[in-house]
Amino acid sequence: MNTITDFKSQLIADFQLSQATLNGKSTLPIHQLRDEAMKNFDKLGFPTIRHEEWKYSNVSNLIKQTFDFHTKTDFKKADLKKIHLPHLKGNVLYFINGVYNAELSEIATPENKLKVIPFAEVLAKQPELIEGHFGKYANYQTDAFTALNTALSNDGVVVQVADNKVVEEPIIIRYISDVRLANVGSQPRNLIIVGKNSQVKIAEAYRTVGENAAFVNTVTEIIVGESSIVDYYKVQDESDKSYHIGTTQVYQKGRSYFYAATATLNGGFVRNNLNVVLDGEHIESHLYGLYVPNGKQHIDNHTLVDHQKPNCESNELYKGILMDKSTGVFNGKIFVREDAQKTNAYQNCRNVVTSDEATMNTKPQLEIWADDVKCSHGTTTGQLNDEAIFYMQSRGIPKKEAIRLQLLAFAQDVVSQIKIDSIREYIEKIVLAKLEVA
Amino acid sequence: MLTISNLHARIEEKEILRGINLEIKPGEVHAIMGPNGSGKSTLASVLAGREDYEVTEGTVTFNGKDLLDLAPEKRAAEGIFLAFQYPVEIPGVTTINFLKTAINEIRKYNGIEPLDAAQFLKRMREKAKLVKIDDALLKRSLNEGFSGGEKKRNEIFQMAMLEPTLAILDETDSGLDIDALRIVAEGVNQLRNENRSFVIVTHYQRLLDYIVPDFVHVLYKGRIVKSGTKELALELEEKGYDWIKNEVDALEEV
Repeated sequence: MNTITDFKSQLIADFQLSQATLNGKSTLPIHQLRDEAMKNFDKLGFPTIRHEEWKYSNVSNLIKQTFDFHTKTDFKKADLKKIHLPHLKGNVLYFINGVYNAELSEIATPENKLKVIPFAEVLAKQPELIEGHFGKYANYQTDAFTALNTALSNDGVVVQVADNKVVEEPIIIRYISDVRLANVGSQPRNLIIVGKNSQVKIAEAYRTVGENAAFVNTVTEIIVGESSIVDYYKVQDESDKSYHIGTTQVYQKGRSYFYAATATLNGGFVRNNLNVVLDGEHIESHLYGLYVPNGKQHIDNHTLVDHQKPNCESNELYKGILMDKSTGVFNGKIFVREDAQKTNAYQNCRNVVTSDEATMNTKPQLEIWADDVKCSHGTTTGQLNDEAIFYMQSRGIPKKEAIRLQLLAFAQDVVSQIKIDSIREYIEKIVLAKLEVA
Repeated sequence: MLTISNLHARIEEKEILRGINLEIKPGEVHAIMGPNGSGKSTLASVLAGREDYEVTEGTVTFNGKDLLDLAPEKRAAEGIFLAFQYPVEIPGVTTINFLKTAINEIRKYNGIEPLDAAQFLKRMREKAKLVKIDDALLKRSLNEGFSGGEKKRNEIFQMAMLEPTLAILDETDSGLDIDALRIVAEGVNQLRNENRSFVIVTHYQRLLDYIVPDFVHVLYKGRIVKSGTKELALELEEKGYDWIKNEVDALEEV
């Protein structure tokens, strides 16, 4: 038996074990869905680099390892100091190895505006809430990792924003992989449902604590109600021994605004899928991304913007600073469906490579079936301008500082989009520190 | 203050400076003129420390220090300023932030306390007035989307802020209309004093109507072939460069 089947069969065995503990609840729609997802995963298997979507991201090292998905952790309040974020305010939720920790978490917004409930709790008390949405958006049919998550997701959170409400306090969900004792795998699953005409800011932040390997396979589904405004930030600061596969699946209704910023600061192997479906008129989607890999880090961002209705606008800006022997991937798909006339869709991916040994692979992919649209895309990968560095030096700024200032300015276009102060400061601090040693 | 002796420099395989000798004393204004391709801008670049040029022979001392041994930022900290012929656009870095960093790096090098925000702002207001540069422009990314005239004025503004002891102006007059030229010249004149020297590199005499030099040197084929006072500039304006070229070329043939 080869290693690929090993990890796969471990997961399948895990699933069978969890099915056995359902105590007759297996007929519930959600469990039937999970069962179907597991069958899909079994059929699909882990993708190889022969798969077009995984050409530059090789998961073979991931599946050679073993991960414990049921590690008990005694992560305590005192341990929070290690991952302290200054000025952190609002609704702050902690998941340790994929399991919600109520003791560490704090919810500030009243229930009439916002409900933040762990998945398991909703499943027990209000299964219909999940069943109405679960698996409706993210693709568990052909995406192996989403199928795996759909079948085996342990916990996560359901965020529900009522109609006509402005949620002032941000929602910050922190996922900690506590790998101090062993290799740990977790599969968080989140569902964010924003009602009509409401406003909310959400951040998902991933961290590793400890020296062992971590595997995070996460899926977040976001439904943006009519005329609502949602800010969504994903921040990754994981260890060099971590593998992160994440899908954020967004479904936007008419006249809604969605602002996303994905900041991948650290992580051994990272694959982010951000898929946005614009299913209504007068929708705006703004997707920003920043990745700053160093060492041998590998960061892959796949985005899909699916324009299904007329009169919408999407705008995408991804920026990368690649150092040392790191690799980056950007794959940006834009679909403009036949009905989506008067679409404006823009995409831009800009990269600065600071070392001869770093690599960036970019692939814009526009598929347009409508005839009255404005679409543009561009990618650049280059080095900093020597003349600009000399110009700054000639004013008394040392070369290293000149490079750092320019790289910071380059990153700022994305960082400045983040409207939760504590999260923006967190990102700025890490970017600064990484550029300091560059 | 500045002594250039037998300076030779090349870019790739091409020798551009072929033995420059020049002595500049505090408070003096020297104009370097010459036809296109004579090495004027190369001289300015070599003094500022541009890496593209390789010095193959000769020495440059600045206030007793071996200038050629210093990195560009250290030359700046020692008091040298180069106003670029083509100022560079730096997206995302405002002129204000840029200058605050530059001034405080220079102060750090010289062992002086950094300027605080209030002191910096005060100096900025004073100097902005000097070159009639708009506050709004200084809050924008450095030179990004600036007109040619605005870029040149920004160079003079930076010079005023950094208070160098030797300022090198590399074709600052090129591409300027007469009004912008006057403003730039006016700025330079106000910064003239007994301790601050200027090297003004220019193709035309026009700028020298406004900034009157103490000495005029003509550069041709990488050497200073003629030196004089401001009258030499007028003569060049009237007669062009051909007579000098002919003189030099005739001598070379001998």
